[in-house]
Amino acid sequence: MSKRVVELELATPGVDAQGRASRVPLTADRAPEPGLDQEHMLVNIGPQHPATHGVLRLVVELDGETVVRCIPHLGYLHSGFEKLGEYRHYNQIIPLTDRTDYLSPMSNNVGFALAAEKLMGVEITPRCTVLRVIACEMSRIISHMVWLGTTSIDLGAFTPFLWAFQQREKIYDLQEMWTGARLTTSLTRVGGLLADIPDGFVEKLRDFTKTFPKTLGEIDRVLTRNAVWAGRTQGVGTLTAEEAINYSLSGPMLRASGVAYDVRKDKPYLGYETYDFDVIVGEHGDVFDRYLVRLEECHQSNRILEQALDRLPDGPINVDDPKVILPSKTLAMTDMEAMIFHFKQVMEGVKAPVGEAYIGIENPKGELGNYLVSDGTAKPVRWRIRPPSFINLSALPKMAEGHLLSDLIAINASVDIVMGEVDR
Amino acid sequence: MKRVGEVKSENFLLAKFENLVDWAVNSSRANSLWPMPFGTACCAIEFMATAASRYDFARFGMERQAFSPRQADVLICAGRLPFKLAPVIRRIYDQMPQPKWVISMGACASTGGIFDNYSMVQGIDTIVPVDVYVPGCPPRPEGLLYGILLLHKKIKGESLFDAVRRREEQPLDDKGLRLAPETIDEISEPFGNSVHQFRSA
Amino acid sequence: MIPGALREAVARDGEQIVYVPRERLLETMTWLKQTPGQKFDYLVDVTAVEFRDRERPLEVVYFLRSLKRKADLRVKVELNSSEELAVDSVWGLWRGADWLEREVFDMFGITFTGHPDLRRILMWETYAEGNPLRKNFPLRGRFSRAEQVRQALNASPEAHYSMEELSIAEASDDLPEDMRERLKRGERGVIPEPPATP
Repeated sequence: MSKRVVELELATPGVDAQGRASRVPLTADRAPEPGLDQEHMLVNIGPQHPATHGVLRLVVELDGETVVRCIPHLGYLHSGFEKLGEYRHYNQIIPLTDRTDYLSPMSNNVGFALAAEKLMGVEITPRCTVLRVIACEMSRIISHMVWLGTTSIDLGAFTPFLWAFQQREKIYDLQEMWTGARLTTSLTRVGGLLADIPDGFVEKLRDFTKTFPKTLGEIDRVLTRNAVWAGRTQGVGTLTAEEAINYSLSGPMLRASGVAYDVRKDKPYLGYETYDFDVIVGEHGDVFDRYLVRLEECHQSNRILEQALDRLPDGPINVDDPKVILPSKTLAMTDMEAMIFHFKQVMEGVKAPVGEAYIGIENPKGELGNYLVSDGTAKPVRWRIRPPSFINLSALPKMAEGHLLSDLIAINASVDIVMGEVDR
Repeated sequence: MKRVGEVKSENFLLAKFENLVDWAVNSSRANSLWPMPFGTACCAIEFMATAASRYDFARFGMERQAFSPRQADVLICAGRLPFKLAPVIRRIYDQMPQPKWVISMGACASTGGIFDNYSMVQGIDTIVPVDVYVPGCPPRPEGLLYGILLLHKKIKGESLFDAVRRREEQPLDDKGLRLAPETIDEISEPFGNSVHQFRSA
Repeated sequence: MIPGALREAVARDGEQIVYVPRERLLETMTWLKQTPGQKFDYLVDVTAVEFRDRERPLEVVYFLRSLKRKADLRVKVELNSSEELAVDSVWGLWRGADWLEREVFDMFGITFTGHPDLRRILMWETYAEGNPLRKNFPLRGRFSRAEQVRQALNASPEAHYSMEELSIAEASDDLPEDMRERLKRGERGVIPEPPATP
């Protein structure tokens, strides 16, 4: 496995003699002022607050400005996805997956389809595999772009938000070309895809991969060596590798703490082992390292996109199995057998054999797991989403302890939560 | 003193005083709306896209987003609304000063959308009065902009003097509800292609 | 051989499943985490499954992973729905189990003995309709829509501090008596009336 530790080079104040970021522990001077050391204060943040990234509610116990305890309250966006899934056919669940983690809809679609295919024992075609990789990496880029934009607003920089959203609009255009929707793509089907990519898609995506690093460079120039940014993120919300593992963190949160675990490398799916990319690992496990890991992951996603475009094979996108994939409209209208298959699939759904399957994929937020249990009918008995940002958020009370209230905003932002997925 | 016919200047205007006041008040209200984004889910992302570079709703007088309800004119509920969040949106609506308007953005806010289940409010109009419904799942930014323009039109048709066209505060009744229970049950019924048409399912 | 294993199976996706009796769950989990050859140091997920077949027991499923060995293991505990639904908490072994177990408690009503803070996590604390992911729970809930809206609107969004949060903040003594009483009765402050027609 090729690993690369991101090197920090700071040229502005806040740098020690070796040119390394000087990380001053924030617990330094904590002697209470006389007469002020008794009273703790409870502050309620959210559920309607612009800095909680959705409808998260935090009840914070403060000693002066220092967080003594932080208690998250969830469930303000609980939508009952898992219950709804038990009433839907496998292909009908895919539109639900869009709306769980709505910052990276396409890779959610892929995650669910892979789990259903594993359950049914369906092998997808080579072209479909590469197209799904493209979908996943596009999702990673747009998700990290939202994270960059909103986090920089939280910490007082507005410009990166506009740059990041410009890049998002470009990917949105591509998603719209491919699926007809900007956000809720419902891209995959069990055994294939909604549609093949349209003419001009490859050129447009290639164009994007050429111009995108320039924007990343601009964001890097504005933020990475910025004294304000570094001062508000370095040494804040630190988690060691052991803690990160113990809290079951995944994705950039885990890697920023120095654990080189990436599902794409360690339990490869969609042929990720054949792509050349680096697992980005942080060193200090603080907010700044999480930022660097995400920024660098965008570069790596760009690399994967380029490789995927180079190797995109010709051929069908759907498996050749009328029990799983709907026959084409023309065939269903002209051929009796195809029409019967069409009818049975629409009315009864695709039946899965008795059993269970779990697959974890590396979503932008972390490991997105889909666990399906079937009793032989067309609807799953249980559809469980392993929500990466829900589990990552559970470390927030631990990370926030002893920090200032304003750091809590930075720490909460660094978790990269999306409430649709946290509350499901 | 000159009679009207003798006035040489072209700079005068004939209008009923009430219409003139309505025109002035409504134009200034409509052209500088301060939105309160109540973003919960997917629609909030499209709301952000509408606010960002390409669509930029500052062009329609929405330059300032009020993140505090006390300085807001229009509540934009972008996204689905679970029952756990229902008292929160009602509180935010009650905190907004008059005159206030509500845009329900997206299918979930307007009807419950695909979430016809135990946790979801089936349309925020059971909680707060809604002025403009923007359909879509989520609506495109153009859709939201069109909804905002429709709201402009609606505001310009209001009147301070006409009791029918005046905006009044709509408090909850003594049971703490906005609509009669039968009405809520009726508008929350499953409809369309819902997989389970009956509540017993 | 894994201590306490009742039987083993292989899932359709090729992963190994171990069934453990509920009395020996904690012992088995400790062994799996600490034995050098096993070292399942990472808890991927905790969830539960209830089958449509009422005769089949509920399953609590633990997904374990060893990051070093890149090995996965699924541990299951079967619970008969006629008996008390309770298992030991693995909070002491993996801190990640904290919210996952709370969610299973909320959605299935399974108690995790030894969990330090077992409260509802997604639904509110006085939620009276039941445990949503149980099979006997109707998709649209037990109450009528009007009753659901009434309960939701009558809840005060401010009376959400739970008692233990306040006691730790040493603020509960300063509260007026009626508010303390109200908070004691539940997070939302309002006890929903029992439904006229279930």
